Amino acid sequence: MKKILSLVLALALLLTASAAMADVVKIGVFEPASGDNGAGGKQEVIGIEYAKSIVPTVEVGGKTYDVELVIVDNQSATDKAVSAAQELVDAGVSIVLGSYGSGVSMAGGEVFADAEVPAIGCSCTNPGVTSLCDYYWRVCFLDPFQGTVMANFAMDEFGAKTAYVLSQLGDDYTTGLATYFAKAFESMGGTVINEQFTEGTSDYTAYLNNAISGGADVIFSPTSTTVASLLINQAASMNVSMPILAGDTWESSVILDAAKGTNLTICMSTFFDEKDESSPQAAEFVQGFKAWLNANPDKKTNNGGNDIVAAVSALGYDAYMVAIEAIKAADSIDSVAIAEALPSVVTTGVTGSISFDEIGDANKDMAYIKKANTETGAFDFVKTQTVAELAK
Amino acid sequence: MKKTTKNLINIALLLLMFVGLYFLEQHFGRRSMLITVLKKGAIYALIAVSMNLLNGFTGLFSLGQAGFMLVGAYTYAVLTIPMAKRMAVYQYYDGGIINFTVPTIVGILAAGALAALLAMLIGMPVLRLKSDYLAIATLGFAEIIRAIIQWDTLGPITNGSNLLKTYPTFKSVIPVFAAATICIGVIVLLINSTYGRAFKAIRDDEIAAEAMGINLFHHKQMAFIISSFFAGIGGALLAMYQGSLQANAFKASMTYEILLIVVIGGMGSVTGSVIASFLFIACSEWWLRFLDTETYLFGGTVKLPLLRSGFRMVVFSVVIMIVVLFFRKGIMGEKELWDLFTPKKKKEGIKP
Amino acid sequence: MFDRILPYLLSGISVGGQYALIAVGYTMVYGILRLINFAHGDIFTAAGFFMVYIATALPVQFAIPLVIALTVALGFTVERIAYKPLRSAPRMSVMISAIGVSYLLQNLMWYVTGGLAKQYPTIPWISESITIGSATTKVVTLITPVLTILLVIALVTIIQKTKIGMAMRAVSKDFETAQLMGIKINSVISTTFIIGSLLAAVGSVLYFSNYTSVTPTVGAMPGLKAFVAAVFGGIGSIPGAVIGAFIIGICENIIKALGYTTFSDAFTFALLIVILLFKPTGLFGEKTSEKV
Repeated sequence: MKKILSLVLALALLLTASAAMADVVKIGVFEPASGDNGAGGKQEVIGIEYAKSIVPTVEVGGKTYDVELVIVDNQSATDKAVSAAQELVDAGVSIVLGSYGSGVSMAGGEVFADAEVPAIGCSCTNPGVTSLCDYYWRVCFLDPFQGTVMANFAMDEFGAKTAYVLSQLGDDYTTGLATYFAKAFESMGGTVINEQFTEGTSDYTAYLNNAISGGADVIFSPTSTTVASLLINQAASMNVSMPILAGDTWESSVILDAAKGTNLTICMSTFFDEKDESSPQAAEFVQGFKAWLNANPDKKTNNGGNDIVAAVSALGYDAYMVAIEAIKAADSIDSVAIAEALPSVVTTGVTGSISFDEIGDANKDMAYIKKANTETGAFDFVKTQTVAELAK
Repeated sequence: MKKTTKNLINIALLLLMFVGLYFLEQHFGRRSMLITVLKKGAIYALIAVSMNLLNGFTGLFSLGQAGFMLVGAYTYAVLTIPMAKRMAVYQYYDGGIINFTVPTIVGILAAGALAALLAMLIGMPVLRLKSDYLAIATLGFAEIIRAIIQWDTLGPITNGSNLLKTYPTFKSVIPVFAAATICIGVIVLLINSTYGRAFKAIRDDEIAAEAMGINLFHHKQMAFIISSFFAGIGGALLAMYQGSLQANAFKASMTYEILLIVVIGGMGSVTGSVIASFLFIACSEWWLRFLDTETYLFGGTVKLPLLRSGFRMVVFSVVIMIVVLFFRKGIMGEKELWDLFTPKKKKEGIKP
Repeated sequence: MFDRILPYLLSGISVGGQYALIAVGYTMVYGILRLINFAHGDIFTAAGFFMVYIATALPVQFAIPLVIALTVALGFTVERIAYKPLRSAPRMSVMISAIGVSYLLQNLMWYVTGGLAKQYPTIPWISESITIGSATTKVVTLITPVLTILLVIALVTIIQKTKIGMAMRAVSKDFETAQLMGIKINSVISTTFIIGSLLAAVGSVLYFSNYTSVTPTVGAMPGLKAFVAAVFGGIGSIPGAVIGAFIIGICENIIKALGYTTFSDAFTFALLIVILLFKPTGLFGEKTSEKV
């Protein structure tokens, strides 16, 4: 027993020692690879990995540093996220990217703040991620904006008067987005039926029945993709006719697979559209990323087996580039120096220009609305919506 | 050995431990894995000992520990979140309705007190049940507590099911160990008192114990309340350790984990539970982590088989099954560490 | 009014039937070994994963028998490895072993699947939609209660009429005496686990055809609820477990219909506690007296 233990310890030491040899700057990747958000987390990671293949080194103090990604799995759970974040801190990362899902980012944020390591959220949209943590920044828009966009869309597009809003207990992403949608919808004179389900629920027929019997015109259910596939499947077998709306998580091939061949109307808001060719950066990214996916079969598997560019991959790419800019601006690989340099970084990413406000949020004001095409199994672009348009 | 010298030795050992901890922290840094594991291990040690008091010493098979930890953790967090941060934490409830904060130490004590109060209320009906019925009833209560805390009508107090954070936490390992040591010390004193002997009598034979004049219900309830009090404090410490808190994590599987720690350490051994806690946490957070990473040997040509995410927990649970099946007495059986150093006439080996 | 209730009632009866198939496994094992088999819910989940993987290679009509066979083998193995060595140990040790097995199975399934939800294959006919009055649902919703009741009738017949059934009843009445009478305890216990796992496998096919995604922890809640159903009906009593399961399935859906969705799980446990306090032997349980 003792021998095995010492062998194990020696092996662990060797592994850590070998990693610390060359001139390396470590970037932590804090994403779920398992649990409810595992599929989305993997797509965000491949965006980051692709970005690293484009920019594998960074100049600091006249010396070239190799970037090393330290990838941990936060298992989509807030309690596991704390251990995963500690693992990153222990590995000595200079900056952290992620996570998909707001709850895990909020939990991990405490650890990063304590260790004074800056973190850049890719697709965590809850306001609490940055407002409650001095070391968190993010490159995407927020839930109050996204919720308002979808509430407007529900009223304008479908003439909805009553919305059935379904969210998951104990999940900051879904509760937050659902709350902000409900607020916006009610302020425009609509009626909201609010219901919540507990984690691990399989049976959504009762909820769908509640939506029908409550006379809802539209369902808003910003859930994880795992829940979404169950919900869509059951809605299809019940012949639910009202449109189902959701947030950015539903822009995933999981949704397309579940919705294919059904009569459902499914729309969601998201950060990016691969067919939008107005920006040269975006066009170049889409082309390069697709080629990279097709050349790396295991990355393609992580993308859901196709080469559709998910918005979260684009955000992962942008977050990596922002991190590189911050390291350059700080001219140091010290995490505190990077945290000081980060707020003033301004770049043009593939999801639009990125600059941070005093809370640490990106100044982003445009959402893309897409619809799942149930015949072709692809996303159809519907429209873009900006804050300025909403104010009218 | 005289009692006073024994006490002196104990105090000296404790002092030595704290001095040692201080130097470890100075040397490795407070964010190192070693210190992290020590912090979490100390908290789990307290929780495991509190569960052992019930399951190992009194023979009450309760599976409600996660519920009481949850109550403690929430009590502490809700009472200590700074006023300035409440608006952002209770973002869906307009800042919540609690308009005061209490100092950390008061928060921790309140956590224990509320858990104990709840235990008193639950204990009155539940403790009349026998063995596995008691287990399933306490498990049920823990789930009900979780549902109530997540209920959005209570949102202005508990923040519904959403994350609580920004409450004060500890930075150093010393206060964690101080809190855990004091609590475990109190439990040890209790176990060595007449009450402790009564608990053990109930465990060994209820009917005989009653015949000896032990008030069964009174003692069972006392064990249940005290165990829950310390589980509540353990919950508060765990919340501080994590830095953020959500009711969702306090599922039945958390109770199972603690139960397995108690079993590995030995039902009825305080030091067993403490040792097992540190081993359990060190293995799951640190030593076995390498099982989760895909590893290539010989310059990246040979991939080690089986190693990928999740393998650590498989190995871990196989080890636990081996302990449960073949080393049923666990590491320490019913013995304590100090029993090993005190010569006795009839000496038994510690090996199961 | 009936139109409004019908959809909830339908899904309640369907869920109840699935709980019933799991609950029978709990109640039989408890009746014989006095053991709460915490791993039973995980065996149910494992059956789901067997189907996910086997259906990629075989057509469904061959996959289903194979899934049932594998699940039975798993249940049998678990009993042999984790419970049999502890036959003379205190009941608490066996229960802890059951918790350990549950922990192991969940972690193993997490490892194999990478912790991601897997899509359950579509089984022809029973996955199709059907409209009854005001409700549209899947065919499986209607089949479940019928199949459940048929299986339970068959099981009760086995227990009442056959030799092994008689042995089971004898063992559950008095473990030691039955042993002295020459009943092969181990084969009786194995049979119990085989029957329990078989029903769980059938239950899993029905359950996952309705709720088509399988995760490593998906069986935990249905497992616990089925256990509550078994206690509610009087643990050890098979008809009791079935009736308990239907009552719980229907109540759960009615609570959701009333809008208390947060409490649909908590309700089950509240029911359990009320039953334990006021009628610990359940609806149909036999009175037992504690032996000194």
